[in-house]
Amino acid sequence: MSMDRRDFLKLAGLSTVGMGAGWVLSRPGDILEASQFLQTKELLNAKQWAMVVDIRKFKTVEDYKKVIDACHKIHNVPDLGNPKDEVKWIWSDSFDHAFPGQESEYMPEEMKHKQFVLLCNHCENPPCVRVCPTKATFKRKDGITMQDLHRCIGCRYCMAACPFGARSFNYRDPRPFVKEPNAEYPTRMIGVVEKCTFCEERLAKGLMPACVEASNGALIFGDITDTNSEVRKVLADNYTIRRKSELGTRPSVYYILDIPGGDGNA
Amino acid sequence: MYNGGKILIGIIVFLLFAAFPFYNNIGKVSAKPEPKLNTPVIQQLAEKKCVEPKDFMKAEHMQMLNDWRDSAIREGKRTYINSEGKPFYISLQNTCMNCHSNKKEFCDKCHTYAAVKPYCWTCHIEPKEKRS
Repeated sequence: MSMDRRDFLKLAGLSTVGMGAGWVLSRPGDILEASQFLQTKELLNAKQWAMVVDIRKFKTVEDYKKVIDACHKIHNVPDLGNPKDEVKWIWSDSFDHAFPGQESEYMPEEMKHKQFVLLCNHCENPPCVRVCPTKATFKRKDGITMQDLHRCIGCRYCMAACPFGARSFNYRDPRPFVKEPNAEYPTRMIGVVEKCTFCEERLAKGLMPACVEASNGALIFGDITDTNSEVRKVLADNYTIRRKSELGTRPSVYYILDIPGGDGNA
Repeated sequence: MYNGGKILIGIIVFLLFAAFPFYNNIGKVSAKPEPKLNTPVIQQLAEKKCVEPKDFMKAEHMQMLNDWRDSAIREGKRTYINSEGKPFYISLQNTCMNCHSNKKEFCDKCHTYAAVKPYCWTCHIEPKEKRS
C-alpha cells in the first residue's frame, strides 16, 4: 500500500483527534468538579479583626486565669510544666516586658506590678508571615494571621521574627500533656510552631473567641475597619496603646490602661 | 567461563534469597479488608450515604481530604456542597469521624492492609472507641 503525503497528513491529523476523544471519553467522571466550597452561613466576617484589652477590668488572679484557661482548654494547649518548653496562646506578663521602653522608674507602683494579658497581635504587617519559607503562616482575608500546621516544617523563623514572643515551639510531643483533650479540636505534634488563631474555628460558627466570651467584657473583639463596630467605639472613647507599635507591624491588639489618679472613666 | 560453577551457585543463591517473599507467600491469601460501617451514627441515618458516592470515596478520599484541609484552613471556607447539592461542615474530627467513629474497624482496616500510614492522627484526635 502506498500513500501520498497528503493522505498521510490527513490520517495523522485524524488519529490525533481520535486519541484526544478517546482520552476524554475514557476519563472517569470527575465528581469534584460538581462540588464547591462555600463559607459557612453563620460566619462572622471582617476585613481586619481586632481586640481591645481593657486592663482596668482585670483585677484578681482569677480574672486572668479564666481567660487563659478558656483558650487553652478548647485548643488543647499542653501544660508542659516548665518555662523552657512552655506552649502558650494567651498569657500575662508585667508592664516592662509587655511594653519595653515605655516603663520608667517613677511610674505608679500599681502599674509597675500590673499583669497584662498578651496574645498574638494579628499584625496588619506580620513579620512572621514574611519569613515563613513554606507559607505555613499566612494572612487571611479577615486579617487573622493563621497557620497551616500541615505545612509547618518547624524552622522557627517566625519565632525569631515575631517581636512579641507570641509563638511557641513544640519541643516535645504535646499529646501526653493535654489533660482533658477537646475532641472537637486537634492537638499539635512535636516540631511545629503554634499560636493564637483569634478562634477562627469559632468565628466560622458565629461565635466570639473563647477568651472574649470568658472575659466578662474585659476583652472587646470586632472588625476594626467597620466604623460601627464595638472595638471602634471603645477605641474612640478611650486612650489606648499597642505593643511595640514603633516597629511598624501594626498590631491589632489594643490596651486600655489603668490611669491611677484619673477619674477612672476616661 | 572461569569459575562457572561458583558463579551459577551464586546466582541461584541470590535468586532464592531475592524471591523469598514470593515463594514464602504462595498459597497464603490475606483476607480482603472489609471496613465496617456499623457505627451507631451511621445506623441511624435514614439514607446511608457518605459525602460523595461510595466508589468515589474509595478511590479519592485522600485527595478530597487534602481539598477539605486547604479549603477550611487556607481559604476559611468550611462548607462543602457535594455533587447532589447537599452541604457538609468541613471537619475531619467533627464530620468524618462523627459517622466513622470506628477508626480501627474502618480507616485502619485498609490502611494496614495496604501498608500506608497516614499521619492524620499525630495531631487530630481520633474518636474514643467503645469496646463492646
